[in-house]
Formats: sequence, structure tokens, C-alpha cells
Amino acid sequence: MSATDVVARPTGTPAGRPARSHQRGPGIAQKLLPLVPAVVLLLLFFAGPVIWSLYTAFTNEALSGVGAGATRFIGLGNFRRMFSDPAFLSSVVRTVVFVIGSAVIGQNCLGLLIAMLLRGRSRAVQSAVSLVVVGAWVMPEIVAAFCWYAYLNRTGSLNSWLGHIGFHQDWLYTAPMFGVILANVWRGTAFSMMVYSAALSDISPDVEEAASIDGASGWKRLWLVTLPMIRRSIMTNLMLITLQTLAVFTTIYVLTGGGPGTKSQTTPIYMYEQAFKFYNLGYGTAMALILLIVGALFSLVYLRFLNVDEK
Amino acid sequence: MSTLAPARSAPPRAPRSFSITSPRRSPARLLALLALAVVVIAFVAPMLWLVLGSLHRDAGLSVPFGAGWTFDNYSKVMNATTLWTPLRNSCILAGCSAVLTVIVSSLAAYPLSRYQMRFRRMFLYTIVFSTGLPLTAVMVPVYVMFAHFNITDSIWATVLFMSATSLPFGIWMMKNFMDGVPVTLEEAAWCDGAGWFQSLRRIVMPLMAPGVAVVTIFTFVVQWGDFFIPFILLLSPGKQPASVGIYTFFSQYGAVAYGQLAAFSVLYTLPIILLYGVLGKFLGGAFSFAGGLKG
Repeated sequence: MSATDVVARPTGTPAGRPARSHQRGPGIAQKLLPLVPAVVLLLLFFAGPVIWSLYTAFTNEALSGVGAGATRFIGLGNFRRMFSDPAFLSSVVRTVVFVIGSAVIGQNCLGLLIAMLLRGRSRAVQSAVSLVVVGAWVMPEIVAAFCWYAYLNRTGSLNSWLGHIGFHQDWLYTAPMFGVILANVWRGTAFSMMVYSAALSDISPDVEEAASIDGASGWKRLWLVTLPMIRRSIMTNLMLITLQTLAVFTTIYVLTGGGPGTKSQTTPIYMYEQAFKFYNLGYGTAMALILLIVGALFSLVYLRFLNVDEK
Repeated sequence: MSTLAPARSAPPRAPRSFSITSPRRSPARLLALLALAVVVIAFVAPMLWLVLGSLHRDAGLSVPFGAGWTFDNYSKVMNATTLWTPLRNSCILAGCSAVLTVIVSSLAAYPLSRYQMRFRRMFLYTIVFSTGLPLTAVMVPVYVMFAHFNITDSIWATVLFMSATSLPFGIWMMKNFMDGVPVTLEEAAWCDGAGWFQSLRRIVMPLMAPGVAVVTIFTFVVQWGDFFIPFILLLSPGKQPASVGIYTFFSQYGAVAYGQLAAFSVLYTLPIILLYGVLGKFLGGAFSFAGGLKG
């Protein structure tokens, strides 16, 4: 993808944007000097491990067992094992279910719905709703997970309320995926809500009014006018929340630990287990590499929607 | 905010169709308010246990009504090993990585904002690209690398790693804030013979103080709340931050002392809530900064 074919965005040019033609002054070496600390840190602690994983993923490195004494290069062994490992394959399916359920459907739709419902409401209603929704987002992930652990537990609040209508069950055992998806929707919706609120406030009311004068009903206006106008925000938001949800670990780890059995074991949880519980670092790294590649692909798509010079 | 204000004065002539986007007709308005009330209740419900449980003597995973309200849960967790040491470690980890991120990213943002360079665009794309990589996946190779160089369980190595993870987003935000400072203001200083560093320190940074505050607070909040990085990289309890300390407490005493777990959680969350309040002030209220993320 070349940088130049990113569509320029006419809005939001920063005030008093500096003239880029400033050519006199320091030479190239001096110009680059301030970048050095950032580049060194990023290379050592970010790019370094990623490149390192390219090596580890092809070895049998482990902290116990065969690979512990002498780490050997085993070629595609880890990847062959991965794609014939039923536990890995079903963890991928669960990850897809988790991402689609909690991000693409849950956070995205609920966030859009709340943002639309909040349009034109009084200041008091707007701040009350965003306080609560954003509150769930601001909370440290581990505390949010405790809240949901207590909420969904057999003896938790939800059951003590539902008990009155006889709908009482141990949610984290009977429907663990549903539980972790709900918790993640609760935690992440604020982000989509804020993105969509910002996008919707950019739409001129005239456009929608014109549509409604032309006789478009509420739903038609939504499908044919409002949504197409914010489609750029929708795509950006979908990319970002998919990336965030793909990497969710703490919420699931605290709520169910991947269980019962492996019923809510997503790929990050399985990777953690393999690498840090069974100390199969080579195998764990190979899984990490796959996750990184999937993340990188989504990240590249996200870049398509972004123009670094216009923001 | 009322987008269709004129129409409101003539409700009988409005088309009789259901709308979820316009505020003018009262049945739709009522329905919208009702839906928002449901949203508020659904979002508040899971938080109730946290606040009520921390204040009740007999708190389990649900909180009984009636007598037993107390601050005992708070006083019980307020000791060095349970609360103060982990909180101190959280302050060190989040504070140092926030300061480091701000210094390094403001330095890096200067040439990216001020000079026309051939690979500037490329660099910015790489920066944004790396904000998207799943950090969870990076942790396995990071651990392998840390173990190889024998720097696991080191607070300073963890601070450096945390800063590196905050840097891409920090540089990105800092560069955008810096673009807002007109370059003409610096020209006078250049004429007086000031170098880039003096111009950055004496002119640009003071003018973008709110931006610097935003990056500082944002990095602090993210690292304060992070669980996975210290969980993997820090092994001795004396070095672990509150996020890991609270998890250890949960797995050790979770089954018996839910009230204390809730109290611990509240004390750990409170600083973040306060900082977000401050952040909201800098950003003109209304938590609007997610707008900065979109293209």
C-alpha cells in the first residue's frame, strides 16, 4: 500500500499548521538526533521481541522437558503441531466467536445505538449516561473482571435478583462464553460510543432534515443517510475494537480461567497456558506469532483509513 | 445539541413515523429515554457489588440488605503487604513509564512535526501500525528475551518495556499536539540563535502544556491498570504492582474475604477515576478524546 493513495480528509487541519518548507537550519544528522531515544527503545523492547519470536517460534525452546536442556531448531514443527492440535483449533474458533460476539456485534452495535439515542438529549441525560458507560471503560480491567465475577457467580447479584422469577443458574458454568462476551461488551462499549458520538456530531442536521422532508422514514434515514455518512468511522472503529478484543486476556483469565474445562479458552489464554504453565516457550511463541500476524493484517487495514498528514 | 429544533414547535405536522435519530416526537423521545434508562441500569448493576460490598460486614458475592454497614473492610486491607507496597510499586511503574514516555515522545515528535524528511510519513505509519499489534502476543517473546538476558523480575526493565509499549501512541498524540503550535513562534528564537532543543523546551513545550498533561495522564492510567505485563515480568511479591497484588489476594483469600477484595478494588480504582476527571478538564470535558483516534 503506498502512502499517497490514502484519501485526503478535508476536515480538521490543525490551527496554524507549520510551513513544511522550512529547510534551513540543522543538517540531517541533527534533525534525526531527537528521534534516537524513541527508536532505540522501540527497537530494543518492541521490535526486538517480535524479531526474536521469529527465531523462537521455529525452535523447541522450553523451560522443562525435552527442549529445556538443548534448544533445537525444529523448522515448521511448532506450526505443524499447531494445526493438528484440536485444542488450538477450537481456541481459534472461540476467539472468532468472542471477537464477533463482543466487538463486532456487541460493542459496535450497542455503542452506535447509545450514541444515536444520546443525540439531541439534554446535557444532564448525556452526562449521566456517558458517566456510567465510560466508568465501566475507565476501570482497570482486573477490577471490571472482579465485578463480573461477582455479578455472574452462582451466589452473585444477578442470581439473587433472578431468583425471584425462578431463572437461577451458574452462568460461568452453564454459559461461560456468553459470560465473558457480556463482560467484554460492558467494558468496551464506551469506546465505540465515543467514536460514534464524535462522528454523528459531524453530520450536518440539514442533511437528515432534507431526507425527512423527502419522506424518508426513520429507518430509511438511518440506512441510507446516517450510516453511509459515518461509514469511515464505522470501519475505523471495527478495526480498532477487533484489535483490542483479539488480545483480551485478563477479563477471561479472571472470570473463567478458560474453563470450565476449555469451554472459554480463547487463543491468548491457550497461548499463556502453553508458554507459562507448561513452559513450552517455542510452541507458545509460534502461537504468539500467528496472533501477531493476524493483528498486523488488521492493523494494515486500519492504516488504509488513516491519513497521517491530515490528522 | 437539539438538531431539529424548529420542527419541535409544530409536532402535529411532523410525519408520523418512528425515529430513533431525531428528538422531536414525544413517543419516540419517551422510548429513547426508556432505552437509555435500561442502558444505565445494565451498566450500573455489575458495579454495585464493588461499592456496596466494600462497605458491608457480611459481603459475599452479593450483598445482603440491612444492618452491617462498616468501614472494617477498608481498615483490614490497609497494611503494608496487602495495600501500600503494591500501590507504591504501581506508582513507580506507572509514574516512571509516564515520565519516560513523555520525554522520549516529545523529543521524537519535534522532528516529525517540524521538518520535512523523506521517511517521516513512513515512520508515522509504522508508529500507528505498531499501536495496533496485540500486546498479549508480544508478551511471550518478551518473556523469552527477558529470561535470556536475565532481566525478569527487574522493575527498571519492566519500566523500559512499559514505556516502549506506550511510545507509539505517545509519539502520535504528541506530534498532533505539536502541529497545533505555530512554527512562526519559534522563528524569532531561531533568529536569536536558539537551537532546536531550546526552542522545544522554552517555546513549544510550554505552549502545549495541556497536550503534555494528556499524554502523561493517559500513559499513567494505562500502565496503572495493566495486569498482564507485570504479571509476566515481575515475580517477587515485593515488586509487584497493585494489579497483580489484587489478583494474588483474590486467589488466596477471594473465597472468604469478598468485602476486603471489593475494598481493595475501590482503593486501587480511585486514583484512576480522579485522573480521568483531570483529563476531562484538559480535553474540554465530555471525554471526547476518542475522536483523536479515528482517521
